[in-house]
Amino acid sequence: MTASLILPPALALFLGAAILTIARGWLRSAVMLLAPLAALGLVWMVPDASWGVGGYLGYDLVLVRGDRLSRWFGTIFAIMAFAGGLFALNQENRLETAAAQAYAGGALGVVFAGDVLSLFAFWEVMALASTAVIWSAGPEARPAGLRYLVMHLFGGVLLMTGLAGEVQATGSVAFTAMVPDTPARWLILAGFLINAGAPPLSAWLPDAYPKASYTGMVMLSAFTTKTAVFVLLRGFPGAEVLIWVGLFMVFYGIVYALLADDMRRILSFSIINQVGVMLTGIGVGTTLALDGAASHAFASVLYTALMLMAAGAVIRGTGRARLSELGGLFRSMPITTACGLIGVMTISGLPLTVGFVTKAMIGSAAAKENLALVWYLMIPAAAGVALYAGCRFSWFVFFQRDSGLRPPDPPWNMRLAMVFVAALCLLLGMVPDLLYAHLPYASIYNPYDGAHVVSQMQIVVFAALAFVLMIGVLRPSATITLDTDWLYRRFGLTVWRLTSQAIWTVWYLTSLATWTLTVQALTELRLAVREGFLSERHGSSTMAIFAVGMLVFYLAVLLIF
Amino acid sequence: MSTLHPFTDRTAKRLWIIFIAILAATLAGGLFVHLHGLGGIEESFGFPAWYGFLACVVLVGVSRLIGFILKRPDNYYDG
Repeated sequence: MTASLILPPALALFLGAAILTIARGWLRSAVMLLAPLAALGLVWMVPDASWGVGGYLGYDLVLVRGDRLSRWFGTIFAIMAFAGGLFALNQENRLETAAAQAYAGGALGVVFAGDVLSLFAFWEVMALASTAVIWSAGPEARPAGLRYLVMHLFGGVLLMTGLAGEVQATGSVAFTAMVPDTPARWLILAGFLINAGAPPLSAWLPDAYPKASYTGMVMLSAFTTKTAVFVLLRGFPGAEVLIWVGLFMVFYGIVYALLADDMRRILSFSIINQVGVMLTGIGVGTTLALDGAASHAFASVLYTALMLMAAGAVIRGTGRARLSELGGLFRSMPITTACGLIGVMTISGLPLTVGFVTKAMIGSAAAKENLALVWYLMIPAAAGVALYAGCRFSWFVFFQRDSGLRPPDPPWNMRLAMVFVAALCLLLGMVPDLLYAHLPYASIYNPYDGAHVVSQMQIVVFAALAFVLMIGVLRPSATITLDTDWLYRRFGLTVWRLTSQAIWTVWYLTSLATWTLTVQALTELRLAVREGFLSERHGSSTMAIFAVGMLVFYLAVLLIF
Repeated sequence: MSTLHPFTDRTAKRLWIIFIAILAATLAGGLFVHLHGLGGIEESFGFPAWYGFLACVVLVGVSRLIGFILKRPDNYYDG
């Protein structure tokens, strides 16, 4: 609580977002680029200290808690906000660019939040702002955006319930490392995992992200899932369940990406696949593994954005996103092709790229801990990535048969954004000490030893051989592969329709019966009026009771229907 | 084959030669290093190559199987 000069880095982006809702022209461009740079400056100025804003409901709110881990994630998020802003300079939708910057601000808020209340607030800001990014793409994005929002609000409810239980049990709102051993902590973990794209509710990601605009998806790819990785690193390091969840995500992502046709869906599954690697590292839980997970998150923001920027340039130029309709674009889009290839080389973990220097840490950590299963699955994981992204994605988009499409490379700002991120992928791969000097858990690692280079090269080039030999069965077709969202998009809908039909039928039959009975009763009544009870003379008390009875009957009918 | 790749047959042939050379070179690289591992078969010569290759075949097989069951036309949810 010493320094009163600490400014929350998120502030720069929230201010920027506010200006972006009204700014036009050069001011707008300036804010899109300068606000993230200002945020980056603030991130680096945050000392190892906490800064609070006083109490809320009797708890101390800590808006900024600085340490190596928060600055690590803050740095990549600010860089990403800058690159995404540069890429989106000619995006004319003001709602999208403002929401995107607020969304990045929310992510920065989460990584610097020192207490669970402000963490939760920023968490929800991210959910709302990212939904706005998706909705900005137009009417076609609305249903998917709504499903996305519902899923994240549901995750928020789980998180809030868990946090309330945790705060009640411990009496403290500090956000610290936990072991999932109480129902409240399991709820917190579940809330985090929904944002990480973990099973069984991962389908929101490939459902919603591809519906965003091509500039919006670049931003979406970076923040939600990597913020989840951050909170898992902070909250549940060494939780063994994360190993199994992570390994499942790794192979789920590969299998679904191998089947997908839409570039953006492939890259959505790729996000799940790569986050799976990070969760595995968090589950292993040694300092090397945690550093590996944090580094891999850093690298993954870069290469995922790079591949999505290349895909965005293709969509912008051709209006198409399906592998089955693309091909041969390297002729007219040399820069996009080169940057896209650097992206897939990085995700494949080729030496001299940042993917190589980060992913290996997790495998090495597993070997040191003698986790044989994890170690033996890391090679298939690496081979699978080289197969779906390194080969299948790049080949069918940029090479294969000539689709006859000749789109030009995108405008200068989009080219510059791609080149900037590609250069970072290579620079950090060639000079890994730039990263390693700031590792959150300060482990020491040397990626460039002979054995590691050789084995990674063997994995990648033999995956390429597998691709060439099996290219016939990897050919894309205009299909989607059903996922767990089928349960609420089809099965749930069918159940709902059948239920409502049943309710309608019962209601209809009941009304019919009531009507028939009423007609019958009226007929009887007429008979009674003509020759029975009602045509006789009665005392006033009898009539009063009769009137009350009618009133009660009327009320009963009114209440029932 | 001309519809499957964007190269002339001559270029394709050259690329194949280069590709096979790279495959051989990475394998040969294994002669000069001792692979890391847990002390079992994974430290033997060429393990990442054949194990990774096999993994790709299995992954493609699994994805074919899942695709066979769960693939639908991509307008499935539109109707």
